[in-house]
Amino acid sequence: MEIKNNQPPVLEIKNVSKDFSEVYALKNVDMQVFPGQVAAVIGENGAGKSTLMKIISGVHLDFEGQVLLNGENVYFKNPKEAAEKGVAIIHQELNLISHLSITENLFLGQELTTKMGLLDYPKMHRKAKELLGRLQLDADPRTPVIQLRVGQQQLVEIAKALLLESKVLIMDEPTSAISDNEVELLFRIINDLKSKGVAIVYISHKLDELFKIADQFTVLRDGEKIGSGNMKETSHDKLIQMMVGRKLTERIKKKSALVQEEVLRVENLCFLNPENKNDYLVNDISFSLKKGEVLGICGLMGAGRTEVLEAIFGLFPKYVSGKIYIEGKEIRIKSVNEAIEAGIGLVPEDRKLQGLIMNMNVEKNTSLSNLNRISSFGFIHKNKEEELSKYFIKKLNTRVASSKMEVQKLSGGNQQKVVIAKWLATNPKVLLLDEPTRGIDVGAKSEIYTLINELASQGMGIIVVSSELTEILAISDNILVLSESKLTTKLSREEATEEVIMKAALAEKEDKSQKTGDGRQETGISSD
Amino acid sequence: MQTQNLKHYLVKFQSVIALLIMCIVLSFLSDRFLTGENAWNVMRQISVNVIISVGMTLVILTGGIDLSVGSVLAFAGAVTAGMLKFGAEFTDWDIYLGFTLLGALIGGILSGTFLGWFNGITITRFKVPPFVATLAMLTIARGLTMLWTGGFPITGLGDNMAFIGTGWFLGIPMPVWISAVIVLAAVVLTNKTKLGRHIYAIGGNETAAKLSGIKIKKVKLIVYSIAGALAGVGGIIVTSRLDSAQPNAGFGFELDSIAAVVIGGTSLSGGKGTIMGTVQGALIIGILNNGLVLLNVSPFWQQVIKGFVILLAVVIEKFNSKED
Ligand SMILES: Nc1ncnc2c1ncn2[C@@H]1O[C@H](COP(=O)(O)OP(=O)(O)OP(=O)(O)O)[C@@H](O)[C@H]1O
Ligand SMILES: [Mg+2]
Repeated sequence: MEIKNNQPPVLEIKNVSKDFSEVYALKNVDMQVFPGQVAAVIGENGAGKSTLMKIISGVHLDFEGQVLLNGENVYFKNPKEAAEKGVAIIHQELNLISHLSITENLFLGQELTTKMGLLDYPKMHRKAKELLGRLQLDADPRTPVIQLRVGQQQLVEIAKALLLESKVLIMDEPTSAISDNEVELLFRIINDLKSKGVAIVYISHKLDELFKIADQFTVLRDGEKIGSGNMKETSHDKLIQMMVGRKLTERIKKKSALVQEEVLRVENLCFLNPENKNDYLVNDISFSLKKGEVLGICGLMGAGRTEVLEAIFGLFPKYVSGKIYIEGKEIRIKSVNEAIEAGIGLVPEDRKLQGLIMNMNVEKNTSLSNLNRISSFGFIHKNKEEELSKYFIKKLNTRVASSKMEVQKLSGGNQQKVVIAKWLATNPKVLLLDEPTRGIDVGAKSEIYTLINELASQGMGIIVVSSELTEILAISDNILVLSESKLTTKLSREEATEEVIMKAALAEKEDKSQKTGDGRQETGISSD
Repeated sequence: MQTQNLKHYLVKFQSVIALLIMCIVLSFLSDRFLTGENAWNVMRQISVNVIISVGMTLVILTGGIDLSVGSVLAFAGAVTAGMLKFGAEFTDWDIYLGFTLLGALIGGILSGTFLGWFNGITITRFKVPPFVATLAMLTIARGLTMLWTGGFPITGLGDNMAFIGTGWFLGIPMPVWISAVIVLAAVVLTNKTKLGRHIYAIGGNETAAKLSGIKIKKVKLIVYSIAGALAGVGGIIVTSRLDSAQPNAGFGFELDSIAAVVIGGTSLSGGKGTIMGTVQGALIIGILNNGLVLLNVSPFWQQVIKGFVILLAVVIEKFNSKED
């Protein structure tokens, strides 16, 4: 397949290769990106997508081959230089400075100043507010980013790149943590950029997205370019075939073998907003989870999904009220340790901040929550540790040079697999999964779904929070829909469809806007 | 490929190589350097630093710091000396307790452990940053030492006590034995045990460690207590060697200790480093001190040179880790 285009490419990559000390990541890769078009880059975890983007944007300096911008050979010495020349990147991992405000993060390195040379906060806040408005991120630009959820942080990263007004915008999995609503918004912005002639390089494991937004595609496998072409002339299955190199076996449909024995019950769970005493992050939610049940929780961003899991896991005991029962016995969870001792596990949403010790190797990260099992008298059995980690590397098809590799050297998706492995290995009674497949490729995703099913059929109770409706629909027995911190609907797997869920997810929001709408009407009447 | 391998080894054994070069250069510059007597001398001199630096390494691995080791050392030494010489007298109840050497030693170590534990409590329970908490303890422990000794040395502690700091056993000085045992235990602790793994995890990413079920407070409490206990051991050796507990003993020891840890390649932000690195760091400082004295370099210049060596070590370390 050849990409036909009458315009010259704005960005061209010729014969790029890159090897890290242990493994090669890219081999003779070519690619072209045209103005006003979206070029998708796809491939399995560890295929080399992020590495290629880091080469283009001046992060990796040591590589072979050429990068041409507007037909001219360029070599960026750092990301800042790339940005100045019009190449901006939204990295796969979040790179915000947690204690600075949204505004300060947005303008980091390109602060606006007054004539006196002092920071012009009013102007920056104004511009920030406007940008956030475009992304419909309802937050004060003065908020420190540490108070934002991962999805919201991802929007801030997007806003930061938009601020640069670049000619080439690289987006490395921009939608991995945001829900469908925000994805729609992002697509509207991308279309807007396209019409202004901006070229976009777009990486995503969500193939359906690509068919909506991308014009061309390039497939990488094991660091090599397997093929490229126009999105219009390909199909879902063809892309997967190219990525994986084989046909994916249909995954087994979940067999519902629900027993009636309850493993977790939550009554009147409330989670007070630590920042605002009049606001609830989780507002009076009750539900129960049976052994072997997979319970999906969905809702829009900020609906309180993650907070439900955090409340149960004992992360903010001071602000949480309500009753939690494990196997019928009420337990008071005052810390994470107590939650773990009670048999609860949590795969957190932010792998870099909450999930992994970045400078530790794969083995040690995998065993971190399982040390009791592989040690005696406080001494760790190294061979058991290696065994444990190798078992999961095989099971989840994690791409590593060896189990002794530091996790910071793994690709994003493979890092996620390590976090999942750590918690699967603990074999808890109740496993809470927060965006478990964030950044994970299609093949591995179905592996993980299979594993979730397997664990459930062995009697584990599993709660999955996900912003991907298809994921929720694929694995859940029952579904809770949250809206504005409240539980609006409980659905069984038979009742649930995307439409029903979306409607429920918007329920409270509409309620609210109706109320304010009514308010306006009233004032309208009185002024009449 | 081969040059890469060579470079890899150069980086890996940089401190050993630095040590060798220093030794070779010094043995050319001074004929007193490469003698058995001098070698034991250096080893004996650094043993106290090695012991407290083991504790310091553990603390720094968790992402903390302990500025109080020097003062805690002085206090523990004074407690040991006081117990040994005067016993404990409770005039109100007309009770007098005399102590054996062992009792006094345990008393000294326990008092160090207690002060370290107190550091741990202020850091974990009251959320005082380690720098501030241990800075406060630096003053508190020094003040307690002054109170305990009345500002005067406690001298004349007997031969048995002196043996700990000046005696020889199987041809090796006692302080070297003690420090070797402690280093060995710490190497095992950091490499083979759950506690060791927890220490690295906390320093690497405290949030992730917490979410993995590691008892952060407990581990930190243990680590600061160990640092206090080892400062106590250091205090006993110093006291024994001088045959007296000086109220201003251990002054500035925290700096030499931090220097050894940093030269040994441990990251001050935590999560990365080794005990053996620290031992090498202590050796580098010890040999440098010794060499400069042998070469009759003025003490003022010695300080300047030591400072630059610390800088150099850290710069090389940063440079290498960037290459990787
Ligand atoms: N700093 C590094 N040191 C060693 N190897 C590395 C380093 N960075 C990346 N790699 C390796 O290069 C390969 C490609 O990684 P890359 O991050 O480009 O994958 P990716 O296609 O973006 O995957 P994902 O979908 O999981 O994000 C992986 O095998 C990874 O382990
Ligand atoms: Mg990637």
